[in-house]
Amino acid sequence: MKPEELDVKAAAEQAKQQAFEVRLNCCSSTGCHSSGSNEIIAGLKAEIKARQLEGKISVGGTGCMGLCSKGPLVRLTSKSKQEILFSDVKPEMAATLVEKAAVPILNGAKAEEIGGELKGHKLDLDAPFFKMQERVVLSNNGHADPEKLEEYIANGGYQGLRKAMTMSAEAICKELLDSGLRGRGGAGFPTGLKWDLARKVEGDVKYIICNGDEGDPGAFMDRSVLEGDPHAVIEGMLIAARAMNSTHGIFYIRAEYPLAVERVEKALRQARAAGLAGKNILESGWNFDFEIRLGAGAFVCGEETALIASIEGKRGTPRPRPPFPTVKGLWDKPSCVNNVETLANVPRILSRGSQWFASMGTEKSKGTKVFALTGKIRNNGLVEVPMGITLRQIVETIGGGTGTDRKIKAIQTGGPSGGMIPETQFDTPVSYEHLQQMGSMMGSGGMIVIDDHDSVVELVRFYLDFCVDESCGKCAPCRIGGKQMLRLLDKIVEGKGTEEDLKVLRRVAQAMQKASLCALGQTAPNPVLSALKHFEPEFKSRLAVPQKA
Amino acid sequence: MTTAVEAATAKKTGAPAAKDEVTQIALKWKNKSGSLIMALHDLQGRFGYVPREAAMKLGQAMDVPLARIYEVITFYNYFKLEAPGKYIISVCTGTACHIKGSAELLAGLEKDLKISEGQSTPDKEYHLQGVRCLGCCGLAPLASVNGKVYGKLKTDESTKLIERIQEDKPMVGGHEESAA
Repeated sequence: MKPEELDVKAAAEQAKQQAFEVRLNCCSSTGCHSSGSNEIIAGLKAEIKARQLEGKISVGGTGCMGLCSKGPLVRLTSKSKQEILFSDVKPEMAATLVEKAAVPILNGAKAEEIGGELKGHKLDLDAPFFKMQERVVLSNNGHADPEKLEEYIANGGYQGLRKAMTMSAEAICKELLDSGLRGRGGAGFPTGLKWDLARKVEGDVKYIICNGDEGDPGAFMDRSVLEGDPHAVIEGMLIAARAMNSTHGIFYIRAEYPLAVERVEKALRQARAAGLAGKNILESGWNFDFEIRLGAGAFVCGEETALIASIEGKRGTPRPRPPFPTVKGLWDKPSCVNNVETLANVPRILSRGSQWFASMGTEKSKGTKVFALTGKIRNNGLVEVPMGITLRQIVETIGGGTGTDRKIKAIQTGGPSGGMIPETQFDTPVSYEHLQQMGSMMGSGGMIVIDDHDSVVELVRFYLDFCVDESCGKCAPCRIGGKQMLRLLDKIVEGKGTEEDLKVLRRVAQAMQKASLCALGQTAPNPVLSALKHFEPEFKSRLAVPQKA
Repeated sequence: MTTAVEAATAKKTGAPAAKDEVTQIALKWKNKSGSLIMALHDLQGRFGYVPREAAMKLGQAMDVPLARIYEVITFYNYFKLEAPGKYIISVCTGTACHIKGSAELLAGLEKDLKISEGQSTPDKEYHLQGVRCLGCCGLAPLASVNGKVYGKLKTDESTKLIERIQEDKPMVGGHEESAA
């Protein structure tokens, strides 16, 4: 397709969508999918067909709308500007949804008039959970069907690529740098800078790799993006390829995410058929294609050098940097590894401009961040918020608190590599710097809330157990240090620990931070150290001779 | 004599194994650099685990030493060395599920099935495993059985879960998760 044809396609799809009076979109991401969203969609379609309303009411799937604990969710939107989000929808409710909601709206009813047996299923769209979110990466979730390329294009898709193809590689890197976008995988390295480094390296073959190995337990941001908006990630990679003259694109996705793999495969087929990937992209003569590689269940493979080893078909063990992958990566060729969410931000930055992106967030942390809010929290699910929002706003206002009579005790950000932040410090704004100052990290975006009945010591033990199990064993500090810390924590949990054990625990943790080869070992002690910093009395109360702080 | 590979194939398809099934997988990936893991995914997708004979055959056809193959299989949690039971119950042990009591759920299942995590029942009906985060944290605690997700479980409902499995009979040979 020619660049101008994108506008034609978008206009055609918009017109098609506007021809429908009412649209019903059912979440088709893993959570809702497993609770029967396919059956719901089929049921809705059958009912609409029976009523011969196919020309007036459309039915489709859509990406994760966030409130996973209340799924499956169905969104109703209409030409008359009515919007309703139904929760806890069951396949057997399909006929009722059409009869008691879609048809009345079609006949001019207002959203607030819809009630009856559906009343308990209507979510308040004015609630802070929805109002306080700022959706950039997730902007298509809830509004477009991830399995339909036309719907992505209708919402401005591939316009970022179109623009990038008129720019020089240097200009694209500068645009990214100006936007202030930083790596969303956790470390927060400026994306524009990484691309510029890769651009400057000479090479006939260069790889752009999408890191979809979301191993952080309790996090599902990347899964939701890959499932809910695969074309955005593909477009982001194409733009990255233009920025560094890359020749090959590789998706590395967890095998545990079969639906994400399926959606990316489908999206790639569509993009190739439409001339947006593969040969002669946008009829410019430029060829660029993708491959998909599956992970096989190893947390360490989220680390870029380990990930590269895994793509090479080897054990996923990291290697020392430098040389950085941008210089010597996959098959010793220059390679740039970017996280899913980072890449999904890219098309939006290109089409809306770096200034727009930089207007969101704090001085050093720009844009938005997607978090997976889980644990002891009322509104369990996926949220996207502007950087700079406070933890309290996320946990208490958006998340709605614990939802029980228990009090929130702390939040763990950054997963097994992050740290525990006590409730007293919830007024801190969310940014890479602030979280680091508190001994935690942004991480990929998992946020686990614990209440006053949960034991910090036991949660720390859980994380450490995870890291020990996932340590690749290559370097001694991580292999031995982790094991020793776990042994000490076991002793403390069993009530046999001593004051001396706490000191040793601290010392081993610090040594492991300094001496480990890769980020897994360097950050595995974070939960231990942050918990000791903020909750030392809790550790002391569990010693063989309990002590008061 | 029928090898385990052929027997497993025969069991799945109900027909004698096509002799070169493993070779076919090998040929599909042989010329793509670094594709050993993808070939192993295909192999496990076919047999439900990586049988030793299949690994040997794959190695020969792809020109990869057997030691290299085992080096990889044993590193990654996803690959299984033994044939699992008919219903693979994967209890998510991610943090969100942990906070909501996945350990209790797992313990209940161990008690009900009289096996430990990572084992199969003697009749090969069930295989029980704790797995890494399945990314459905909104439904915690949860288990997936042959790929079908059972969410928002109660920690003391292990017996009920087994009953539900018997009722649903989730697709055998569906997607499997990596063992923790």
